[in-house]
Amino acid sequence: MALYALVDANNFYASCEKIFDPALADTPLVVLSNNDGCIVARSAEAKALGIPMGAPMHQWRAFCDAHGVIRKSSNYTLYGDMSARMLSILQDMCPQVESYSIDESFLDLSGYADARAYGQLIRQRLQQNIKITCGVGIGATKTLAKFANHLAKKQPEFAGVCQLSADTPARTRELMATYPVAEVWGVGRQLSARLQADGVATVLDLARCDPLAIQQRYGIVLAKTVRELRGEPCLTFDEVGRPKQQIIASRSFGTTLTDFNAIKAAISHHLSRAAEKLRAQQSQCAHVYVLLRTNPFREQDAQYRRTMLVPLPHASADTGVLMAAALRGLKQIFVPGLRYHKCGVMLAEISPMGQQQSDLFAPIDDPKRLRLMGLMDRINRDQGAGTLQFASTQLSSAWHMRTDNRSPRYTTCWDELPIAYA
Amino acid sequence: MNSIIGKPIIPFVRRRFAFFDALIPAGFPSPAADYVQNTIDLHERLIHNAAATFFVRASGDSMRDAGIVDGSVLVVDASRPPVSGHIVVACLDGKYVVKRLRHSQGRVELHSENSLTPYPVLRPSTDLQIFGVVTSHIVEHLKKPRKG
Repeated sequence: MALYALVDANNFYASCEKIFDPALADTPLVVLSNNDGCIVARSAEAKALGIPMGAPMHQWRAFCDAHGVIRKSSNYTLYGDMSARMLSILQDMCPQVESYSIDESFLDLSGYADARAYGQLIRQRLQQNIKITCGVGIGATKTLAKFANHLAKKQPEFAGVCQLSADTPARTRELMATYPVAEVWGVGRQLSARLQADGVATVLDLARCDPLAIQQRYGIVLAKTVRELRGEPCLTFDEVGRPKQQIIASRSFGTTLTDFNAIKAAISHHLSRAAEKLRAQQSQCAHVYVLLRTNPFREQDAQYRRTMLVPLPHASADTGVLMAAALRGLKQIFVPGLRYHKCGVMLAEISPMGQQQSDLFAPIDDPKRLRLMGLMDRINRDQGAGTLQFASTQLSSAWHMRTDNRSPRYTTCWDELPIAYA
Repeated sequence: MNSIIGKPIIPFVRRRFAFFDALIPAGFPSPAADYVQNTIDLHERLIHNAAATFFVRASGDSMRDAGIVDGSVLVVDASRPPVSGHIVVACLDGKYVVKRLRHSQGRVELHSENSLTPYPVLRPSTDLQIFGVVTSHIVEHLKKPRKG
């Protein structure tokens, strides 16, 4: 029988911030989004103060000052490194790991004799080795593992590891009956409102629904969820390292931008990074999307939001080809006189590099150009990101992020190491 | 061995990181060439468990007799269970300290090692949180010059 575990770090960003600065151990702390706009992570102490997730910082500044809440700009270099360490430890402990997000991974524990004990071991190892506390949820499907993970975090008696076992169905039903349907993976606020109107209030109610009836009324996705809640695996296991089907690079600007060249520089930067990732996974893409929008929180400003798809004449991994497409798209959606807040690119229709085109006469990437790209990637890897750039990324640096309270890059930068007093 | 214009071609030896290397006499293959296989990799030697290893900067002189001076880079392995006699990075009063761990009559002590200046032995009252064990430290006598 299949058995999945979901390992999920508690308050991951906030924990990363605290590890290297023990003075913050019991202090409430929040991490802010790019440009310090919203609260994207809270420590346990900050949660206890009632600070909500996603709250705009400007509304909570006075409250944070009054309660001594430490504010940190997001430090993705640090979180990314700690996440890679976490994944590497999990991969050492289990041959099949799917990294689901920066702080969550699914493990395939099928065939493990005592999965709960192994969950405890995983938890202890992460605690000891990287000082990150995790919850572990175990179940016969990914949806059950996700729900079990929620229980592991909410109910202290589980000591961080909860298994919904097929051997104790009464206990599983009892737990399912005590949680609202909104706690089920993939059931959002809107869907749970509809379900409740139909009389489906708890997780157990949903598990007891007829999958076929659900499929007719709500669609195939929720029908799969119902099957999964009943212990029937419907979601496949995507192992780590499988090429991604979309690559996105986007970011808010440090300030609002109106200048075309500044936005062009930002798009060029994002595209260079995305193309690098594309080549790193040995892929090419056929679609380039360009995204541009104003700040929806600035209600006084004229609002604008556009995404433009630029299909390529042939699938490519050449930064030059992708860049030309992205900048062509940007020219079309850019409207002068607006105050822009965010832009980005997305690469889609991804296929393995050099794959034969369906059209025999379609051109393919020039091998010489691909060698040049490979060289550029290697130089940027060895000498530091951005050593070699396309000229358009240098047009302006006005778009860079605001990170006023960023902590040191403790684990990746020689000049920013944590201190121990001798 | 011979190129078309009759000049000997120097056999390719990976030189950049070679531990043992020799100049190659023109015309003869280097007798050492067969032995050049491994390169010295400090990382491989000093990092026992990469995912659990952190670099920490030492500040202060209380551990100078152990060779740790102000500015030393400590290689800290958080996965290693600390035992009496290890040098550890521990959390004390909201700060990390680097000291020698001693178990004495069932109590945990943190000792300094500096024969010139006496430092008191620290006896933490509550449970001591140990971040990790110092497996080695690095002192740079000259900074790497910048290129260009």
